[in-house]
Amino acid sequence: MTALRNNLAALWWVPRGIIFGLMAFFIFGPLFNMLLWTVTEKWYFPHTFPLEYGFSSWAKVFAPRGGALESLGNSLVVALLTVAVALALAIPAGYALARLKLPLRGLILLAFLIPQAFPNLTVYVNIARIFYEIGLNGTIPGVVLVHVSHGVVYAVWIATAAFSAIDPELEQAARNIGAGPMRTFRDVTLPLAAPGLMASAIFVFLESLDEFTGSFFVGAPDVNMLPLLLYTSASGGNYQIASITALLLLVPSLVFMLLVERFLKADVLSRVGH
Amino acid sequence: MSDDGFLQLRGVASRYGQTRVLKDIDLSIGKGEFVALLGSSGCGKTTLLRVIAGFIEPSDGQVTVNGRDITRHQPDKRGMALVFQSYALWPHMTVAQNIGYGLKLRGIAREEIARRVAEMATMLGLGGLEGRKPANLSGGQRQRVALGRALAVDPEILLLDEPLSNLDARIRLSVRHELRALQKRLGITAVHVTHDREEAMVMADRIVILDGGRIAQQGSPEEVYNRPASSFVAAFMGAENLLHLDGVRDGDNFLLQPGAAGEGGSVPVGDRPLGSGPVEARFRPEAAKLSDIDTPATMPGARFFGEVVAVSYPGGHWRHAVRIGEREIMADADRAFTPGQPVAVFVPAQTLFLFNSPSGDPVSRPGVSPEAVKIPA
Repeated sequence: MTALRNNLAALWWVPRGIIFGLMAFFIFGPLFNMLLWTVTEKWYFPHTFPLEYGFSSWAKVFAPRGGALESLGNSLVVALLTVAVALALAIPAGYALARLKLPLRGLILLAFLIPQAFPNLTVYVNIARIFYEIGLNGTIPGVVLVHVSHGVVYAVWIATAAFSAIDPELEQAARNIGAGPMRTFRDVTLPLAAPGLMASAIFVFLESLDEFTGSFFVGAPDVNMLPLLLYTSASGGNYQIASITALLLLVPSLVFMLLVERFLKADVLSRVGH
Repeated sequence: MSDDGFLQLRGVASRYGQTRVLKDIDLSIGKGEFVALLGSSGCGKTTLLRVIAGFIEPSDGQVTVNGRDITRHQPDKRGMALVFQSYALWPHMTVAQNIGYGLKLRGIAREEIARRVAEMATMLGLGGLEGRKPANLSGGQRQRVALGRALAVDPEILLLDEPLSNLDARIRLSVRHELRALQKRLGITAVHVTHDREEAMVMADRIVILDGGRIAQQGSPEEVYNRPASSFVAAFMGAENLLHLDGVRDGDNFLLQPGAAGEGGSVPVGDRPLGSGPVEARFRPEAAKLSDIDTPATMPGARFFGEVVAVSYPGGHWRHAVRIGEREIMADADRAFTPGQPVAVFVPAQTLFLFNSPSGDPVSRPGVSPEAVKIPA
């Protein structure tokens, strides 16, 4: 009886092992595959592993005519500008939403979600059309604006949470001791909200780096971004270039995970959307 | 109250939505005076302090300092310093930065700030902690930093919002005296909000008792303790024993009618506006003298008869719960009486506080049926 039960318990490891194995495969398989492709010289069916290894694709990607450096530059400039614009909007908006007794506060927070509520393509095709008419199409500011419309929702929601997490008495204490409203904001509110604002900046930065649809319709072909390069190389069957580009996009995500873990405190997270 | 107080409140009212938190507060506080605003939670004492500090704009009335109307002034333009109940220390600044912030705002040179901060830290016993963040301080140390931050700017008026309520009981007792001594030494006008009667008594020159957004009574500690103006104040100042009696006004005396509760007695009215009819009698447990039922009274006062229900020893004396008629009261004695023993409770005239029962339905008072109020003659 006991032996049978022990056997059954041992058998439990079979489905568990299969499930864990599959999970590991689905999570790490593609990543591993991508890493392999970045150092592949020759690899074709039916071989499980590359036939030749080398770094010639890296040289191609980073060659002046490879376009990767230009795309990387564009992507970084756009991402940084997007962060700047989104924070410039999110800091006052988040503070107002956190502190002032605004009517329809929930509705305002929800309104920031509207651009995400419709299918991306329809929205961006129309934005591209409007931008084309006013000459913003194919320019860096145009791409930045599209990315801001996308990123500002995270920025505002997280900034609101970050400001809500600050005890108003800390601001009152500064006012009471003789600081004006702006001075109080600069010396007390902003430093205390900084970790949350930092996290929202990182979110927006990554969203911008990753964004494809808007960049494609508004930016291409004049402004090339990293995801576009990834797309063209992958669809052209050049998996080496696509994988190296993907790796370039992956590194900020990993850094971001570490930073968020460090900056975003539980008391801020618990206030997101409230 | 004189009209030329240093800090003057005239007809101050405040409402929160439909609720009137403060109603028509008139208060005049002299320079260098230490005033305690005393009341239970929700009485409006913190709201009143915040009106003075400028965080709440009164819906009516006027606040003046030294004859200057500051009712609409921003909090940072008032020259006051508030010590918050939560201390509200800035977690991203060190102790020295917290204390020195007000001086920095005033554009004082860095060396001068460092000197004043060091001075303040020494005075408050914070020496050596200047580089720490508030998170690494004990409750008592945080309280001192909060006080130091307020005092560093040399305020005309110091506002204290229950600053001692987060300290543990033993520290609290010593901080009371330190704070009072400091206030006297610096000659600062102080307004102290508290719900702790003893704290108010020990620290303040004048106690202002608030009830339901109104001033119930104000006066020196011994005045409010020995001559409470209303049943509420008497209860708040510790006279929690309550008996409903009947009596007749006879010139300067009030004759309590003998009844089931006791043999009555004659009590001088003094300056209290007391009329014939049902009265509420209040007294403190320590004022009541417990004795055997056949011991006669030796001084003016009232004697009640009851039965001991329970005995306990809180220290120094025995405390008895005694049932008199329908009610239970607490009375102290030097020796223990056994439960079930019939006893006489004698309350000397000067410690028995009589108030006319509020006219209107007695049913509205919880736990008292109309029959219990009337003691048959």
